[in-house]
Amino acid sequence: MSKRVAWRKIWRKDSVTTEQPALVVDHLTKRFGDRTAFSDVSFEVAQGEVFGFLGPNGAGKTTTVRTLGTLIAPTAGSATVAGIPLTRANGVEIRQRISVMPESPGLYLRLTVAENLEFFAGLYGVRDVRSRIRDALEAVNLAERSGDLCGGLSKGLRQRVGLARALLSDPVIMFLDEPTSGLDPVAAREVHDLINVLRHRGVTIFLTTHRLDEAERLCDRVAILNTTLRTVGRPTELRQQLFTSALVVKTVGPLHDPGLLFKATPGVLSWRADDAGAYVLSVSDPRVAAPEVARALVGVGADILSISEAQHSLEDVYLELVDEDVEARKR
Amino acid sequence: MMALDLSRVAAVVRKELRDYRRKRSIVVGMLILPAIFLIEPVLFVFLGAPDPVGDPSYRAPLLLLLLIPVITPSTLAAYSVAGEREQGTLEPLLTTPIRQLEFIIGKAAAVMIPSVGLSYLVFGIYLVVVRLFANPVVAAGIFNEGPMLLALFLFTPLLTGWSIVVGMAVSVRAGEIRVAQQLGMIASLPPLGVVVLMVTGVIAPTFTAALVFAAVLLAVDVLALRGISGLFDRERLVTGSKASRP
Repeated sequence: MSKRVAWRKIWRKDSVTTEQPALVVDHLTKRFGDRTAFSDVSFEVAQGEVFGFLGPNGAGKTTTVRTLGTLIAPTAGSATVAGIPLTRANGVEIRQRISVMPESPGLYLRLTVAENLEFFAGLYGVRDVRSRIRDALEAVNLAERSGDLCGGLSKGLRQRVGLARALLSDPVIMFLDEPTSGLDPVAAREVHDLINVLRHRGVTIFLTTHRLDEAERLCDRVAILNTTLRTVGRPTELRQQLFTSALVVKTVGPLHDPGLLFKATPGVLSWRADDAGAYVLSVSDPRVAAPEVARALVGVGADILSISEAQHSLEDVYLELVDEDVEARKR
Repeated sequence: MMALDLSRVAAVVRKELRDYRRKRSIVVGMLILPAIFLIEPVLFVFLGAPDPVGDPSYRAPLLLLLLIPVITPSTLAAYSVAGEREQGTLEPLLTTPIRQLEFIIGKAAAVMIPSVGLSYLVFGIYLVVVRLFANPVVAAGIFNEGPMLLALFLFTPLLTGWSIVVGMAVSVRAGEIRVAQQLGMIASLPPLGVVVLMVTGVIAPTFTAALVFAAVLLAVDVLALRGISGLFDRERLVTGSKASRP
């Protein structure tokens, strides 16, 4: 059976019929004595959304996941997880609808892969355990290793077993903490593909990751946490919020008087030359400014190599926000 | 009263027994101690002087046999939470729908089953050896200790229960498995005082005394089990500190 066919078999998601958000977090705070793990955090995650949760070490990401996973109780605020209010009394019901894959998969090393999954299937009350385990293992391309002791598996393979375990219960929300940590690029790509298939099946993914390229590629929206929530939004929106638009102009040779030229060009706010000899122009609207810049360059007889819109990565956004916090702390 | 899902309890028991079976140090540890504690009682069968019935020395081997249900489970129980924590499996386990009580009962049952089974097996071996090989006077002396034999039968699961509860409580708090095992073993010993008093004759070993102390032990076990359930709060297990409710 092909892997893709197996992926399609494993999860239902015919139950996702309402437009109610999968996760609603409202002014949630967790303190341990005098130490604040996270404070006043609010966001919503729609059903079927892949939501990236980013932040530096100690920012409160894991504590947030533990709180939403009903492992620890919030100090203040409220949340609704998979449509159920986050209260102590609702813990079992919430945990029945979610699955959490911690960064370290936490497998019983003296048990086989299948025995590990069988144990968790028992705890979730999964029916038709054998076929469910087979499908979960096929989804992570591990069906042939089901009889292997987990202690004999590489870190990457253990990570995949952890992922198979998270799939077993057909969860509405999956909390994945660094799911590609320790995986080689091919295995990481398979996990990304799997996350995409899950998204299309309506499973909500709450992805905690340090890999900003991964977040940018996979996530519909991201949140950046640094004890308080610094921002939430689509990566493109965040880039627009934080950075002014820019054009990168490359010419065959250096311009005679770029200052005079760009100052006189409509739509250009400021300019600088970068290390590679290109000119980076801050512009109000790239679609308006680019033709004006092209005309101005042609007008002074410059040989144009390229004019392109500068792309800020999610990493730029992340570093900008986290650096702001570092600077604020210094002050 | 919250509902108890027995299938989840059974899943924990099955997993624990598999895990124990594959950990050689656990299997060896479980077998060696009972074997050692069986030596002296068996030697007594062959070497014991055929003294008149009622000699308290006939009861001494029974005390040794009752060490088995105290010491054997303490090792396993100490491993129950500290072991999960050490191999990083505690958090994934706690993210499942398992309830606190199901977790405790599953863990306790997985220790109880092999410990009580092994204790009764050793007890049975001892009685068979007595019946087959002992001097008839010695055999009669031992089989005449009816109250002590009843105590042995009743106290075995109850002492095991106590040892498990204490061992699990220590396991929650201990940072390392080895520390948990040592503390658990020491903390499990006090109830044996009752047996010592019966063996030495300070408390007359009667059927009534055996039944009364069995009832007391049962009550202590139940209370202790309730007492430790608070320790199994998820937040406390994951973070080491008590949950602070809004």
